[in-house]
Amino acid sequence: MMQHDKHDSWVTNTVARVRESRSAMLGLATVVSLVLLAIFAPQLSPNDPTEVCLGDRLISPFKESKYPLGTDHLGRCVLSRLLYGARVSLAVGITVVGVSTAIGVALGVVSGYYGGILDSAIMRLVDATLSFPSIFLAVVIAGMLGRGLASVMIALVAVEWTSYARVSRGSVLSLKEKEFVESARSLGARDSHIMTRHILPNIIAPVIVVATIGMAYVILAAAALSFLGFGAQPPTPEWGAMLNAGRVYMRTAPYLTILPGFAIMLLVLAFNLLGDGLRDILDPRRVVVE
Amino acid sequence: MIDYVLKRMIQLIPALLIVSVVSFSIIYFAPGDPAETLCTGPDGTANPKSVEAFRTKMGLDKPLYTQYLIWLNNVLHGDLGYSYQSGSPVFNHIKRAFGATFKLSVVSLIISLAISIPLGIISAIKQNSPVDVACMVGASLGVSMPNFWLGLLLMLLFGVYLGWLPVAGYGDGGDLEHILLPAITLGTGSAAITARLMRSSMLEALGQDYIQTARAKGVSERIVISKHALKNALIPVVTMIGLNFGYLLNGSIVVETIFGWPGIGRLTIDSINMRDYMMVQGCIMFVAILFVVINLLVDISYRYIDPRIRYDAAR
Repeated sequence: MMQHDKHDSWVTNTVARVRESRSAMLGLATVVSLVLLAIFAPQLSPNDPTEVCLGDRLISPFKESKYPLGTDHLGRCVLSRLLYGARVSLAVGITVVGVSTAIGVALGVVSGYYGGILDSAIMRLVDATLSFPSIFLAVVIAGMLGRGLASVMIALVAVEWTSYARVSRGSVLSLKEKEFVESARSLGARDSHIMTRHILPNIIAPVIVVATIGMAYVILAAAALSFLGFGAQPPTPEWGAMLNAGRVYMRTAPYLTILPGFAIMLLVLAFNLLGDGLRDILDPRRVVVE
Repeated sequence: MIDYVLKRMIQLIPALLIVSVVSFSIIYFAPGDPAETLCTGPDGTANPKSVEAFRTKMGLDKPLYTQYLIWLNNVLHGDLGYSYQSGSPVFNHIKRAFGATFKLSVVSLIISLAISIPLGIISAIKQNSPVDVACMVGASLGVSMPNFWLGLLLMLLFGVYLGWLPVAGYGDGGDLEHILLPAITLGTGSAAITARLMRSSMLEALGQDYIQTARAKGVSERIVISKHALKNALIPVVTMIGLNFGYLLNGSIVVETIFGWPGIGRLTIDSINMRDYMMVQGCIMFVAILFVVINLLVDISYRYIDPRIRYDAAR
């Protein structure tokens, strides 16, 4: 019961503090707006994002009301492609961060809780993964697995899980000596029960911070991989791929280069602002001035 | 100190072994039989007989761990195999490409530090002023901006519209004209990260007691900032150079591809695209070892610069 009350106050406290932080609120508002745009992309898009109309090639933005942000080299509506592109980026981000969190937290908690050889083995694996510059490793894995968003997601999970493993292991190390864990153990609770019921709820805060900043990183990296041609394949409306296709027409149609890049930056910036704000709020080392 | 260095080097061995296993197994990620994969060029698959001959010659018919040990032995002797594309040793390609990447990284690092350190200091001194807010908004944008986008925008502005700089290429051995745009692209991202760190580190230094003491005894503000605070505030920034190097290596993949810079990033991408797997293996192995060594050097220099850190306290 006590645990539950504490949890509630932690949540309300965080919400209150997020409201006070201007940059976190700005980040949150932008994330929410972009998520809504992605969800309602089918309703909001003026055209089919993959419909080719060679008669309407390379129309500049604000020229024709049928294409508010113009058309690309195949006469496809840029606005519709940008809206649907938000779906792809968010879906990739959520999937990669979700799977990485599951793998990373599971390994990190087990590693920190049991210690010993298991801990050493998992941590050496983390060290080895971090020995590679992450994008290099992701590019090579995605390149070897073959082109496509699935390869990109696998490659990014392969490099992303380490952050979650490290942060959860660190939290577990300090938690497992706490009284409530000790008392649960002396009451005869099994290890699995202690890990899932007592430890897991207490490491949520740092994991949320890492996951929010992780969203920014994953969206940026996935766009880069698609830009390099390893990710989304035509005709999927993906921002990185749109940028890559558009740069050929840089001289005549610079908006094909400018708009998708701006969209990527906006989404990444929103998650970064939110993540930085949450980190300041949830950081236990922060001195609370009340 | 020597003890510490040795200890750190020994700690690296397991990580490097796993790095080698990962690099070695990359070839098995690719769909299909490795012998066939290695014999496959842009012209299609080789005939089965030559694949079989290749398999025997390269020892690919032996058990996996034997193959790994043979490969590791070769790597330790500096033999990373041959590029099927050019037929020359992978090591030579990597050496040449690394030269280009190194040049680009150094110029990027200079640009990055030249932007970030003054801005970080000014932000900290004028905390919460419009200048500070502007710098930190700029830093947030810099961190979130895709480097491939920034590169293309710079190309568009300076190459296409103004025509001041060449749009892409290596020029005459990587001259200043050709290096500027890719180096600015790479440097801006790391400058954003470093400027934030410089600011917070400077703020922390300025809050210390010895700064109060210095001010109290009448040392001019200029000297307080440049001598007393800056010296200590720079320490974390030094470690950042190691992280920066990782950032620059990562960024080099995209930036070198956009600007046609013949470095290790572009070599990796080209090798993947041409299915030159020996080369891919060599590149990833080389980059990982480089990254590990740089981080070790930074760790050592960090402890050398800051005597407050005890050698035995590390892990």
